[in-house]
Amino acid sequence: MTPAGAAVEARNLAARYGSRLVWSGCDFALARGSFTAVLGPNGAGKSTLFKLLLGQLAPAAGSLSVFGAPPRAGDPRIGYIPQTSIFDPDFSIRGRDFVGLGVDGYRWGVPVGGGAGKRRVVEDAVDAVDAGGYVDRPIGLVSGGEQQRLLLAHALVGRPELLLMDEPLSHLDVRNQGSIVNLIARVVRDRRITVLLIAHDVNPLLPHIDNVLYIANGKTAIGPPSEIITSEKLSAIYSAPIDVLTDRMGRIFVTGLEEEAMHPHA
Amino acid sequence: MPEGSLFLAVSDTTPHLTWNLLADVAEIFRYQFMVNAYMAGTVVAVVAGAIGYFVVLRGSAFGAHALSHIGFAGATGAVVLGLNPIFGLLAFTMGSGAAIGALGTRLRSRDVTIGIVLAWTLGLGVLFISLYTGYAQEAYALLFGEILGISVNEVIVTGIVAGLALVALVVMYRPLLYASVDQDLARAKGVPTLALSVAFMAVLALAVTDAVQVVGVLLIFALIVTPAAIAVRFTSRPPLAIATGVGLALAFTWLGLAIGYYSPHPVSFFITTLAFATYLVVRVAQAAPSWARTAGRP
Repeated sequence: MTPAGAAVEARNLAARYGSRLVWSGCDFALARGSFTAVLGPNGAGKSTLFKLLLGQLAPAAGSLSVFGAPPRAGDPRIGYIPQTSIFDPDFSIRGRDFVGLGVDGYRWGVPVGGGAGKRRVVEDAVDAVDAGGYVDRPIGLVSGGEQQRLLLAHALVGRPELLLMDEPLSHLDVRNQGSIVNLIARVVRDRRITVLLIAHDVNPLLPHIDNVLYIANGKTAIGPPSEIITSEKLSAIYSAPIDVLTDRMGRIFVTGLEEEAMHPHA
Repeated sequence: MPEGSLFLAVSDTTPHLTWNLLADVAEIFRYQFMVNAYMAGTVVAVVAGAIGYFVVLRGSAFGAHALSHIGFAGATGAVVLGLNPIFGLLAFTMGSGAAIGALGTRLRSRDVTIGIVLAWTLGLGVLFISLYTGYAQEAYALLFGEILGISVNEVIVTGIVAGLALVALVVMYRPLLYASVDQDLARAKGVPTLALSVAFMAVLALAVTDAVQVVGVLLIFALIVTPAAIAVRFTSRPPLAIATGVGLALAFTWLGLAIGYYSPHPVSFFITTLAFATYLVVRVAQAAPSWARTAGRP
């Protein structure tokens, strides 16, 4: 841990959603350029952590800093991919226009001049995610994996230093999950982007991640995957016996939880 | 409707079409009431076509529909008080528009709430009509539009309202588009999505108030929703879709007025029928190739 140069740092952080204390006592420091998987059951407060980082929710206790300052809404250094960002088939916006909104969509008025600069930024991002083949089609008509690539391009045009991705893999089949994860890993390594990615299955992420941030039962734990996803650690978090099994391919399976378990095929 | 109904009452023959298109068009503009109708129809079509794109994109078609009906209570209330109905329309649509906008875009509960308020305000409208001892003509004009009876003053008011709505749309354009595409993404980039939602419904209220003059509260869909719904079937580029929607709204209005001039039947009927027929043709034409493919399969 290098707290001095940390991209994101939490100290004794607690989150409250409405009147409910979601989790508390959260301590971590994420180095710049690091890749962290955020794991835990549904409703544990993973997206709530993102709301705190986006400046949309104030900490209930403790402190949180993004690049050395408290989070603020609309920080251009943060790229974001929200949960369940799947567009209806009859949603009639070109992928290119969607990506372009990430460049200047937050500015008032209609665009006046300067179109060439924007076009180049959009083109670079589209190339980075290999979306050239379908960027001119309505976004509702491209596949789930292609939509995720366009969402990533949309996040990249703002030149983010921190990327928050809320379950970008949940609507994809296993093959697409693998290719999106490889793409994300390549793009963020090239640009030294710090990544927090919420997922239900850690296996496609294992080759790329530095840390696992596990959120469950009102508590959090952070560390390398091999230290966090262990029977002892998870049993302590859940206050219940949990087994972590590893198969011959190196894939991890967590058992002992009810149906909200971290299930590879969920 | 003073000049229009006067004309129709005095001349017992409706104008006849000739084979000379120029002469036919010139004939339409011989009368001030037709010039007024074209001026009002044009500004209303531009505003309705433009805002309709965002209505379709945001899925607020029911909100637009509800605004016009809620406006009906305001308009009839103003008539009871001896005021110009347009001011009652404006007050009720703006007020309810802001309230609907504040409900946000969580569709399900929003539409139920809108429906509940809508039913009550329509009840209010019925009460106001019964209180007003004059003829039902006023209510009829509000429900179905009476563009041929529009006065020069009303054209000016319509133009000012339309101008306000267009300026607001231009100012809000990019963040509104962003928030309409994905609220969560826009909010993360600092777009004030709730304030925009309220502002959008207020602008929609202006557009609805204007469109009521042309097609009335019951037929408002024809100018605000149908042109934009057709446009997004042709293009997925936002500026082009807006331009197409405006063009279609203009075409429906201009053609509807011209046909209405040469026919004894109401202009509203022709405008709504043109809009519906175009929508139908486009849907069928776009569905036909896939039907053909399915049918051709062994």
